[in-house]
Amino acid sequence: MKDVNYKELLLKPIFKGNPVTVLVLGICSSLAVTVQMKGALVMALSVTVVTGLSSLVVSMMRNSIPNRIRIIVQLVVVSLMVILVDQFLKAYSYSISKTLSVYVGLIITNCIVMGRIEAFALGNRPIPSLVDGLANGAGYGLILVIVSFVRELLGSGTLFGMRIIPQSFYDAGYMNNGLIILPPMALILLGCIVWVQRSLQKDLQEK
Amino acid sequence: MDYISLFVKSIFIDNMIFAYFLGMCSYLAVSKNVKTATGLGIAVIFVLLITLPINYLLNEFVFKPGALSWAGEKFASLDLSFLSFIVFIAVIAAITQIVEMVVEKFAPELYSSLGIFLPLIAVNCAILGGSLFMQERDFVNLGEATVYSLGSGIGWFLAIVTLAAIREKLSYSNVPAPLRGLGITFITVGLMAISFMTFMGIQL
Amino acid sequence: MNTNGNTYTVIYSTVLVILVAAILAFVSMALKPRQDDNVKVETISKILTAANLYDAEAAAQKGNAYVLEQYQNCVASAEIINYEGKTLQTLTIKGEDGKPVIFDALKPQYDLMKKIADAQDKGQSESEINALKAQLQLPVYTFNSDGRKIRVVPCYGAGLWGPVWGYLAFEEDMNTLDGAVFDHKGETPGLGAEIAHEKFYSQFHGKQIYDQAGNFVSVKVVKGGAHGDINGVDAISGGTITSNALQKTIEQWLSFYVPYFKTIASENAAAQAGTDETGTNINAEE
Repeated sequence: MKDVNYKELLLKPIFKGNPVTVLVLGICSSLAVTVQMKGALVMALSVTVVTGLSSLVVSMMRNSIPNRIRIIVQLVVVSLMVILVDQFLKAYSYSISKTLSVYVGLIITNCIVMGRIEAFALGNRPIPSLVDGLANGAGYGLILVIVSFVRELLGSGTLFGMRIIPQSFYDAGYMNNGLIILPPMALILLGCIVWVQRSLQKDLQEK
Repeated sequence: MDYISLFVKSIFIDNMIFAYFLGMCSYLAVSKNVKTATGLGIAVIFVLLITLPINYLLNEFVFKPGALSWAGEKFASLDLSFLSFIVFIAVIAAITQIVEMVVEKFAPELYSSLGIFLPLIAVNCAILGGSLFMQERDFVNLGEATVYSLGSGIGWFLAIVTLAAIREKLSYSNVPAPLRGLGITFITVGLMAISFMTFMGIQL
Repeated sequence: MNTNGNTYTVIYSTVLVILVAAILAFVSMALKPRQDDNVKVETISKILTAANLYDAEAAAQKGNAYVLEQYQNCVASAEIINYEGKTLQTLTIKGEDGKPVIFDALKPQYDLMKKIADAQDKGQSESEINALKAQLQLPVYTFNSDGRKIRVVPCYGAGLWGPVWGYLAFEEDMNTLDGAVFDHKGETPGLGAEIAHEKFYSQFHGKQIYDQAGNFVSVKVVKGGAHGDINGVDAISGGTITSNALQKTIEQWLSFYVPYFKTIASENAAAQAGTDETGTNINAEE
């Protein structure tokens, strides 16, 4: 078996091969939870855990899965992980589970999870698969956290619910930007992140 | 809730793409030209329309707390809601598979135009999202759930076809190099979402 | 081994399904009590927030225990009344498990209110309507706060998408609002969903539910700004449907509480008059 370069495996998905901005995977479910950093962070952790564990489990099962029902088996494994995460959130972090509402369930159809299972876990040993899953989840989480950082700071003047912009600013006429809390701004911010990343890494530019 | 108002709301105001970002992956990947976008859009409407009412019935008679009371007193206190995710996704996967087979058998022409998109749909967030929103919103009857599924499907269809039309034109524009492709698409979708927000507050 | 055979596939999927179901059932059962607790604590924290007795920082530090303790320390009584203002049932404040009982069946009451409204529209007889009204169970939570009695009542109705609900806290005159809090299940983020934010619900402090002439008008959610109206608060821009729904919900629920409010208000007024005559001070006695 070939040697696995863990460092490469771990770092590539976070920057150079970021699943969101480069591979266009998994934007689906989670931009709506980027209004506040707390929700985004929990969402990022949940996705990381689900991607990592699903990759691990599927990779362990990879030689025994009947090819014909492959997709369904993968979906079952992913759903199992997502339900576990959901149940734990409900039990230990109720208020956050309420803000995330249906978006936790939607991790099931998050393309990152299925994408990494198909592309990596099915053909690799469990430990590298786990690392690959975790790293991709983290790369995804990084984007969520960046977007939510900007949205919470400009939209509510807080970070993690704590006031950052001092009251004197408001007294002087500063106002929170209500527009940035609205859903469309998450997309525009994401566009800007892609812009910055591709200006720095010219090889990613299209055409 | 009035059916027409629910229908219009689910198409425009609470659009799957613009308000909730559901089904973004395939939305961005398959919106390069209008023809394929139309194909995927129709497939989504189709699958949503079938799966959502089925999941509604399942939720109503199996998963809601106390939903099993029709099976006898003993089951009334049972709460199976923790199983709902897995069953919803299984129903969606199974239905997509069946739809694919049926379409292939009876409408080969439609199959060749839709064909490649159908399997993709099983992992389209918009479909599962529809079911989860249905569960969260407590629709009163099957009619409402069906209208909602149709409306969301059409909303998704509308979103992908319009984006594809814009992207076709966009390819003739002089976009800054780092923004080309993905970046400008994100921003376009954002601007489209803002324009869709003008529908907010419409009450029928 | 042939992993593509039919038998293998069937056995494989059966085993997988049973295994997954077993894991899920186990986890769900193990976590269920905690989850139920969380739901209850969430409701209590809303009630406390309405009465301005909730300290979010302390709750963040000490968790569920703080909320239960704070509730048990502050609450004077929790009861269910009927539409005439008579007490039907007293809710246990400290049950056998050390936890309070909270009335959470708000939806059935809302359904009943819809039926009552329907019956009134159809012009059914007074006795039929009253029979429906008699089934209503209306909870009231009374708190001691700085020597005053704050009464908190719930409301529950349909928003744009799903239910919206909340709690309203009243001063002793049963007219002035001490506070309010609202929540929702699936309103549009950034618009209707804003009702759950402090910026919106803190406006209710000091508002009144009777107009100058003493008629019940509830609290209006006014589009374009209430401009200091004692009976109105500013609506959410872009969240018109949710705002209207909330206004309707509040009015609907409070209208059933009015008889109770009047009784309490006159009792309080009488007690006030009594203390004035004898020249004693309630606070001094405490």
